[in-house]
Amino acid sequence: MKILTKWLRAYLPGLAVDDARLAEDLTLRGIAVEGIYDLGPGNGSLFEMDITTNRVDAMNHYGVAREAAAIYGLALPGLDFALPEARQAAEPFSVRIEAEGECGRFTARVLRGIAIGDSRDWFAGAEVATYFALLEQKRISNAVDASNFAWLAMGQPTHAFDLDKIEGGIVVRRARKGERLKTLDGVERMLDPEDLIVADHAKPLGLAGVMGGWDTMITPETTNVLVEAAWFEPMAVRGTARRHGLHTDASHRFERGADFNAGPVASALVSRILLANGGWIEGELVDVRVAAMEVRTASRKPVALALSEVRRILGTTVDEDGIGAATVEDVLKALGCKLVSQQVGKSASQLHPIAVDDAVWLVTLPSWRLDLEREIDLIEEVARVYGYNRFANTLPAFGEGLRALPWAESEAAVRRTFLAAGFHEAIGSTFCSAAEAALTAPQPGLVVPLGNPLSEEAGVLRPSLAPGMLGMIEGNLHRDVSDVRLFELGTVFSGTTDKVDERPAVAFGAVGSLPEQGPLHPARMVDFHDVKGVVEQVLARFQARAVYFDQFPAEAGLTPEWLHPYRAARVAVEGATVGWFGQLHPREATRHKLKEPVLVGELYLDRLYKLPLRKPIAREISRFQPVRRDFSLVLDESVGWEKIDHALAGLQIPELVDWRVREVFRDPRLGAGEYSLLLGTTFQAVDRTLREEELQSFQTRVVEAVGKAGARLRS
Amino acid sequence: MMNEEIPNLTAFDEAALDEAFGTLERQARGDAAALNGEAAVEAYRLHWLGRKQGRLTEVSGRWLKAAPAEAKKALGLRFNALKAVVEGLLDEALGAGPSDASLAAEAIDITLPGTRRLTGAEHPISRTLNEITQVFAALGYSVGVGPEVETDYYNFECMNFPPGHPARDTQDTLVVAGQERRPLRDRLLLRTHTSPVQMRTMETQPPPVRIVIPGKVHRNDAADATHSPIFHQVEGLCVDTNITFSDLKGTLDHAMKALFGSAVKTRFFPSFFPFTEPSADVQISCIFCGGKGCRKCKQSGWIELLGCGMVDPAVFAFAAEKQPAYDPKKISGFAFGMGVERIAMMKYGVSEIGQFYAGDMRFLGQFA
Repeated sequence: MKILTKWLRAYLPGLAVDDARLAEDLTLRGIAVEGIYDLGPGNGSLFEMDITTNRVDAMNHYGVAREAAAIYGLALPGLDFALPEARQAAEPFSVRIEAEGECGRFTARVLRGIAIGDSRDWFAGAEVATYFALLEQKRISNAVDASNFAWLAMGQPTHAFDLDKIEGGIVVRRARKGERLKTLDGVERMLDPEDLIVADHAKPLGLAGVMGGWDTMITPETTNVLVEAAWFEPMAVRGTARRHGLHTDASHRFERGADFNAGPVASALVSRILLANGGWIEGELVDVRVAAMEVRTASRKPVALALSEVRRILGTTVDEDGIGAATVEDVLKALGCKLVSQQVGKSASQLHPIAVDDAVWLVTLPSWRLDLEREIDLIEEVARVYGYNRFANTLPAFGEGLRALPWAESEAAVRRTFLAAGFHEAIGSTFCSAAEAALTAPQPGLVVPLGNPLSEEAGVLRPSLAPGMLGMIEGNLHRDVSDVRLFELGTVFSGTTDKVDERPAVAFGAVGSLPEQGPLHPARMVDFHDVKGVVEQVLARFQARAVYFDQFPAEAGLTPEWLHPYRAARVAVEGATVGWFGQLHPREATRHKLKEPVLVGELYLDRLYKLPLRKPIAREISRFQPVRRDFSLVLDESVGWEKIDHALAGLQIPELVDWRVREVFRDPRLGAGEYSLLLGTTFQAVDRTLREEELQSFQTRVVEAVGKAGARLRS
Repeated sequence: MMNEEIPNLTAFDEAALDEAFGTLERQARGDAAALNGEAAVEAYRLHWLGRKQGRLTEVSGRWLKAAPAEAKKALGLRFNALKAVVEGLLDEALGAGPSDASLAAEAIDITLPGTRRLTGAEHPISRTLNEITQVFAALGYSVGVGPEVETDYYNFECMNFPPGHPARDTQDTLVVAGQERRPLRDRLLLRTHTSPVQMRTMETQPPPVRIVIPGKVHRNDAADATHSPIFHQVEGLCVDTNITFSDLKGTLDHAMKALFGSAVKTRFFPSFFPFTEPSADVQISCIFCGGKGCRKCKQSGWIELLGCGMVDPAVFAFAAEKQPAYDPKKISGFAFGMGVERIAMMKYGVSEIGQFYAGDMRFLGQFA
């Protein structure tokens, strides 16, 4: 919205500050001036305003002038447009408000003998011409210009009808089913029975508070005019505007609350501009009001305001004297409130028994400030005009302790582990396509679609972080970043459109070579077991009795479809699935145009977070010599490491402190379907050096155990 | 030094012994000086001190045999002394380690780049979120969180956005499909701010309350350099008896100094949010130019950073439905909210908001 300082100064001749200072002072009071443009000598400045939606009353010149008057303690003269004497009408023009819940006031003035054409400059020295030129507001005809001028001056929408096209009189009512109206934008509209319209006795004339109708608009041939200035209920106008996809200046104002008392003034202003081209007024202003609406707007019950409450909410000021009764009264009166002081000792209302050092007022609210309703609204006005930056910076005392989120430490542990493993943290989209969701949802069917998605690719709430992870990996590869290691901690969604469950999850992905390479170290591609190592490290942060990895036969269909059925593992903790990881299914890799094998996985953190974090417990480190023994084993391909591992664990030899695979290799000299594994073991006692016989017995037991598990010693 | 002849000793007087042992010692010292590498030292040891074929053993055997009985004792003492000298030389050779020449053969190019292990980088948004929550933790604020899919009631109605209110237009909302037939208050949507957690917290906890609420929020906005339909917020809520607007000012002034440096100044402007009254926008003095005016602050010297205000009594009234202690006549409070992306962009010089969500390794790696 644009404001001319020249116009403001016309309302406030006593305004002494320059335009820059005025802009600053207005901005600090919430009437924000976003830009100041000098219009040349004698023309003042143009302010580009950014006014919050609750302050529609200040979105016009008179409204801004009122704010300036309050800031500088100036008197603002009221708007009064004297009109020539009206000629007698045979009978008053008929106006009826049927929709009494939606239209609070309707004023109509009949002008006859009007010449439609260029508006003649009439007003305190050619204001229409001057202001419109400075605002670069196009001049169209006196009828349109008059309405625009009233709008820019005081923010009151008005409308001019060609009186001769109105049949009978005006009726403000809801539309009837099947009624049609061609609006001023030339669009033929089918009306909804909810629409509030201005009609005559035969047909709809306009969408009330939104846009006038085509058939009754002012044309060059028009000679008789009906000037409308009304007050419509915000929700009614909003409903009509929304249904018809219209957003006009008028609807904007009415939706946010217009001034109940502005109609007659605006009507006079419009009439005076039109009458400058000749013509006369016929009859008195027809002014129909709905009492119930007037009580809710122009003549609301006064609001009690206590000085003690002002201080309780606002606190300490920089100025030691603080906010006193005089400040409250000055501010509110300047804004158009009327204050009646209540006597100390009596109770103004049950809310405020008045203490001796307190002051209480009954405040009558101005008709143009429908945003003011309660005591707190008045306190805000006091703070606003007094100046926010005149309040001190104080810190409240506190005595409570901090409460951490139950999973905060667990989440931090997961994040730290991935970071330490060299994965960058990423944040992806909350949404994915329905196809991606179908592929990756852990619970198929429980995918939640959006009603107004940003795009088809973002049609549903992500049931898994995997699609986002794959998208980010793909993005990197397409940008020629070939080595990728990413993880994302985020929320996944499941459920129906009636109930949506949210769970924390972490996804991770890796492709390309490991970063521990250089001129002296050959590059090595990341593989399944690199990622498994990270998963193991994450799981090791938690205290669990049973953690294992397994896979299912391909035909069982239990492996997620996005994973390679023979290169994927389920992660199980305490018997429950906590996630999946492995190589991306080659079919998916092709679909995403990924040539290198991509390792990807997801852990369901809600399940992990149920476990306590592992607390480190130090154990004694033996002073005695450890003894290492390696065993070269031959195994059938069907025997995995897990079996050997279990067999050794089952031995429960306390002195067997460590065992691991040193090497796995295929050797053509072995039988078909066999492979060789070098098992490394370490024996150590905490209290003694192991004797040869003991070691011998341990070794025998190891050989026996792995033998039962399906391994033989390589000869 | 190998296979040196064993000199014959014919005279056993002091002068002859001086000369003979002098010669041997010179040989031992000469050999020792030329030692090069561990293998050479070991060979030297074997050559001189070897138990069977060591030179000292051989020489002493030969000479003792030839010596007259009265000279044997003096000869023995001289051999012991010589042995001590050789052992000393050996110790010296071992202590000195390998020679420079042998070390030179092991030279490497130290100008080649170091082999680095990649350290993962925390996402700049997580990092900024953590920084903010830490600042407020020091002021007694716990962390509160809530669902990303909310009901209309929690996202709008109880935050004093009545149904049909124009203020709803300012937050274009992504909604879950199929909500049209449900009562408005139960309709599911993607939360447009983290404010619903204010209400969820008050419903379960009587005052005093001090929480910060970090979280992901969504709006149906077109993406551009500074807007994204997905973004993060941190909101704060402080409710107690006697919480004032000046407390709000002091708290945020302190927090901004903690986040951006103690030289930062704050100023407050009247604003409008349905859930606070009085409401304010907060600007900080430009962190790039210190307030002089630059391109980043559009020459104003100030940067708008957050919204805040005193909790509207209407919001307390909604909370009081479940927790009667939220009586706006007895308690008061303030709330504030800030966009995390905007702060992260300022702190780390990020120019495109979309970079936060692209997962680009090159972008993320800068935050390690």
